[in-house]
Amino acid sequence: MTLTPIQQDIPAQVPVQELPAQDIAALGLRESATFDRATIADIQRAAATGVYDIRGWGAKRRVPHFDDLLFLGASMSRYPLEGYREKCDTDVVLGDRHASRPLHLQTPVTIAGMSFGALSANAKEALGRGASEVGTSTTTGDGGMTPEERGQSRHLVYQYLPSRYGMNPDDLRKADAIEIVLGQGAKPGGGGMLLGQKITERVAGMRTLPVGIDQRSASRHPDWTGPDDLEIKIGELREITDWKTPIYVKIGASRPYYDTALAVKSGADVVVVDGMQGGTAATQQVFIENVGIPTLAAIPQAVQALQELGVHRKVQLIVSGGIRTGADVAKALALGADAVAIGTAALIALGDNDPRYAAEYSALGSAAGFYDDFQDGRDPAGITTQDPDLASRLDPVAAGRRLANYLRVLTMEAQTIARACGKSHLHNLEPEDLVALTIEASAMARVPLAGTSWIPGAG
Amino acid sequence: MVTLTIPEADMPPATAPEGIPAGIGVDLDDSPVRELNQALHDAVDGQSWTVTSPGGKHSLAVGIDADVDVTIEGHAGYYAAGMHQKGRVTITGNAGVGLAENIMSGSVHVKGDASQSAAATGHGGLVVIDGNAGARCGISMKGVDIVVGGDIGHMSAFMAQAGRLVVCGNAGDALGDSIYEARIYVKGSVASLGADCIEKPMRAEHLEELAGLLAAAGRTEDPAGFRRYGSARNLYHFHVDNSTSY
Repeated sequence: MTLTPIQQDIPAQVPVQELPAQDIAALGLRESATFDRATIADIQRAAATGVYDIRGWGAKRRVPHFDDLLFLGASMSRYPLEGYREKCDTDVVLGDRHASRPLHLQTPVTIAGMSFGALSANAKEALGRGASEVGTSTTTGDGGMTPEERGQSRHLVYQYLPSRYGMNPDDLRKADAIEIVLGQGAKPGGGGMLLGQKITERVAGMRTLPVGIDQRSASRHPDWTGPDDLEIKIGELREITDWKTPIYVKIGASRPYYDTALAVKSGADVVVVDGMQGGTAATQQVFIENVGIPTLAAIPQAVQALQELGVHRKVQLIVSGGIRTGADVAKALALGADAVAIGTAALIALGDNDPRYAAEYSALGSAAGFYDDFQDGRDPAGITTQDPDLASRLDPVAAGRRLANYLRVLTMEAQTIARACGKSHLHNLEPEDLVALTIEASAMARVPLAGTSWIPGAG
Repeated sequence: MVTLTIPEADMPPATAPEGIPAGIGVDLDDSPVRELNQALHDAVDGQSWTVTSPGGKHSLAVGIDADVDVTIEGHAGYYAAGMHQKGRVTITGNAGVGLAENIMSGSVHVKGDASQSAAATGHGGLVVIDGNAGARCGISMKGVDIVVGGDIGHMSAFMAQAGRLVVCGNAGDALGDSIYEARIYVKGSVASLGADCIEKPMRAEHLEELAGLLAAAGRTEDPAGFRRYGSARNLYHFHVDNSTSY
């Protein structure tokens, strides 16, 4: 056989899998779209170990997202605001439906719940520092409240989870808000997980567990089932906190229309909807990639429920799952959210997946930009670990400053877009400001396909 | 303002010199639950409170953080004495779902029966139920002691992490499923044990511990008539060989 010019150029000693894709194709090798190399590796790993893959991060598959939406800036029919001169407010009040002490945040970008245990104490402190610097809130996780994060967080949301690890009335009364967690976007219907390598003496002590066990939390609350019980449970928490503290209800996005309506009926001040791109510290990959719906699809359903009940903007909506830029913030707010929460992006701002640890990621069988073994406790960046040496790599002051920088950028980017749309407050953004690039995004976000007045499914 | 059944002028002093002062009465036919709980949150050590006409209302006497005695004369609804921290709460009737949930310390005593999830996630203190308790009694318990005079329902002590559960009657199905380090003592029959829960030998220290718990609850049963159950600790680590255990 006569070699083609391309084949002649390929050095014989280079393994095929290391060649550029076009060179592999030139050799006549065709990768299966169904059984791609990652899939083949997954099957080989399952066959070798007999255990399903557990990892951190959120869904990695491509789903319709904020990237599929565009803003229509102001032009002839509406005025823009002066980009660098005219005021565009960003503050948000959360929890004024029933609570006498609602939160008043300076930016609608909040920090999502992440536990001490999943994260190092330094990482929790850094989150508190960064959030407090820009006047927003941070959130505890499945493992109780640490003095470090309470001390460094001006606004601290205390999660009330099925496990009730570390739950106590003193911390409940110290909290600025209480978030009753029904689910999480990465795993709607699943309980928390923290593997033994991260159950150190301190983590175990806070959770009343033996040191080093593989903790798998309950997925249902132990003392209530369904919305009628939840209403009574919310009543109890309000009584314990003398009706001062806002109560959020967090759901993993699966049936957000009904869940939001039932949360409102149960008496929530705030509803938190976490889409499937939302992160986790440890969950089965099959769960992360196959359960729940995209953030983009969840927002309009939740907003519809609030509007039908006449409580949109009265019961606030916080959206999380895949927020990366100020454009994402602006799009979530334009679709009707009052605020957003970031988790994965906040960890990246702290220093997660930093290329300066490239060699160490490589030694762990991963790479900067790909590292998702948050369950493993060997995070080179010192964030998702309980190893004291690794954790000491993260300077909470410097990392907190990076997070504050990032939060300011998100806020300023969102303001940039809002001003261009002629809005003097981020909350004045509206669905009318948006169009969709794809039919799927148009149907999910319920905004027209760009250049048309067509919204699939809108009748 | 709480409607007091004794004139305000006659209210006992904050700390009475000779022991617990005479009771302060709250009638829930006249006062909303909010006022009762606020008054109890503002209470001071040594006071004694009597709640009448509870009518099965929810969230009675929740979040008490003072060393007070509270007697609820009648039936209580969900979450009675929830997150209890100090003092003693006595319910003369029955209690609804989540009695003394997440109790931290102090004691709660129900003279009748308790519904499901009694003492759920309790971190400490003592919960005594003279009658029967429903399903999930002591679910996710984290250090609380529970003594039940009668029977308990299914899935009791599910994922129980720490503390002691004493049952003078019989236990329902799946007792102690996925239990961690809590200890369970049952005098009567156990319908079935849950995953990773096994019977363990009663040694001298267990007889002594049980005798103390029974005495604290005012019970007269002989500790020698009980059996002990706890964790086999086979499911503490995630392993493929355990996949058929659940």
